Amino acid sequence: MNDLSHVIVTENLTKIYDEGAIPVKAVNNVNLKVDQGEFTALVGPSGSGKTTLLNLIGGLDKPTSGNVWVDGKNLNTLKKNQLIDFRLHNIGFVFQAYNLIPVLTARENIEFVMLLQKASKKERSQRVLELLKEVGLKDKMNNRPDELSGGQQQRVAVARALASKPKFVLADEPTANLDSKTAANLLDIMGKLNHEEGITFIFSTHDQRVIDRAHRVVTLVDGAIYKDEITAAPSDHMKPV
Amino acid sequence: MLFQIAWKNIWRNKTRSLLVMGSVAMGLWVGAFMMAYAFGMIDQRLQDAVKNEISHFQMHHPEFERDNEVKYFLQEGSQMLREIQADDRVQAATGRVVINGMVSSANSSTGGKFIGIMPESEDAVTGLKDKLTQGNYLDNESRNKVIIGEKLADKLKVRLRSKIVLTFQDSTGNILAGAFRIIGLYKTYNSLYDETNIFVRGADIGRLVNLPGEFHEIAALVHEPETLDTIVHELNAKYPQAKTEDWKEIAPEISLMIESFDQYMVIFLIIILLALSFGIINTMLMAVLERVREIGMLMAIGMNKLKLFVMISLETICLVIAAAPIGMLLGYFTVQYLGETGMDLSAVYDEGYAAYGFKSFIYPKLEDIYYIRITIMVIVTALLASIYPAITAIRLDPLKAIRKI
Repeated sequence: MNDLSHVIVTENLTKIYDEGAIPVKAVNNVNLKVDQGEFTALVGPSGSGKTTLLNLIGGLDKPTSGNVWVDGKNLNTLKKNQLIDFRLHNIGFVFQAYNLIPVLTARENIEFVMLLQKASKKERSQRVLELLKEVGLKDKMNNRPDELSGGQQQRVAVARALASKPKFVLADEPTANLDSKTAANLLDIMGKLNHEEGITFIFSTHDQRVIDRAHRVVTLVDGAIYKDEITAAPSDHMKPV
Repeated sequence: MLFQIAWKNIWRNKTRSLLVMGSVAMGLWVGAFMMAYAFGMIDQRLQDAVKNEISHFQMHHPEFERDNEVKYFLQEGSQMLREIQADDRVQAATGRVVINGMVSSANSSTGGKFIGIMPESEDAVTGLKDKLTQGNYLDNESRNKVIIGEKLADKLKVRLRSKIVLTFQDSTGNILAGAFRIIGLYKTYNSLYDETNIFVRGADIGRLVNLPGEFHEIAALVHEPETLDTIVHELNAKYPQAKTEDWKEIAPEISLMIESFDQYMVIFLIIILLALSFGIINTMLMAVLERVREIGMLMAIGMNKLKLFVMISLETICLVIAAAPIGMLLGYFTVQYLGETGMDLSAVYDEGYAAYGFKSFIYPKLEDIYYIRITIMVIVTALLASIYPAITAIRLDPLKAIRKI
């Protein structure tokens, strides 16, 4: 299947962890199509396979069977180094624990991905400033992560994820460590980016605040899609709660 | 950027990095100093051996060295000596009669090397007069006088003005004996030399062995040691009846010692650097394992293995390269300072060093090439030590690494 109309397509995607005595089917025959500009939440109880599905879509993990197409490219066909390169140019990641480089400033953390992409200095500084402005951290650009709050760090992480101009952003429990106000602020920013720039966001979450903002909620149970529902029109999700 | 991150990463754990850098600097400091100490010692041994014992070059009858037989004197030795002394490149030259024999006192006897010297020119070549601790130097007037080492005097239980008997073979194989009065005692840094070498006038001993005016040996110093090879080559061509050898040929043990010390020092330095490299590897491995999650994130967002390898390697290299100049400078200045002032170890090692022909006053010295060599070895060590931590980093699975709490 090579459907270029969708940014992400999973086909009979299955991941079985066979490390323990009993094999665990973390993702079970998932068929999912995500279009450009979606703001989708993968929800479900702990162990339902949200993060595993996200990792498979992001090319961080290899499926036991089935395929993942990103922008028409089957990730199964890529070697390790090709996958790293593919991630660099196509996928943005936002992690629960921010995972910024502690020795670099906010500006440098964002710029780092572009350096890996070998972007020119002019392009880098322009884009970094844009992103810092968008996430509201222009005045904190020279602060290191330990000088930023959790919410500010996660905003830097979002800016970093967007720095490479990815096809989509995968966010694994991005609000899990944030208080309500900070989480709302972060979701506002991501919603705005989605709405105004058409950036596709896929979250794994069980945070109701995120679910409320999503316009599509895919519920996973035991690794399989239990429910896939459109909860709001694509433009509604960015309305402030 | 990678270099910038690598440099910043070093300072995440300042104490640990400073400790490693301190050990690298200390290792190099000690390494450079120990090399300089050893080379200073060796160089002094060489200088002293040349100045006091063997000179820059010697000439003998081609057969003389085999058995030191009296009959193998230098043909036309006096003429050769005059010509060599007249050579501008030669600082000083002297002729000697050299005979092995027995030296006896009323109390004891032992083997010895009787050296019949030309007092003035001998002093110009070996500075024998300056080594006298008691009595007077030989002159051209008084006959059958002898200068012996203090060590030999102790062994023979004799003192100044005692008589000793020298017994030896003449040129025809007859056993001869002559009584000599001790007019001077000398002492060098080399106790073995002092115990063996007995100085008499060449004229006295030459007359006894029926070789008046002849020499077994011509010893000379040159003004510029760099010209030695040429001079030796020329003399060998000019005087085919004599064998001219430089100090390396005459005392191959010293030449060997210098060469082997060179190798020992390299081995010594390798051991230091090897020990250091384990410390560096340990530190860097800790630094990598502490950052598993971060490294996983870097791979997840698109940092390829080569860049990751380079970044971790750069951290290791920065750690070593930052510390190395400190150690080298400390080593350099220590060597320069002690090279000027010298190190007096006579209180501890006087006897021990003298037994091996070394002075107990050492002037450490290290040629610039060794600093360069050490620098290269440090860089190689840093590169090698960086491999394992870097491989450990690139082997991490980004997914597992990110999950790690």
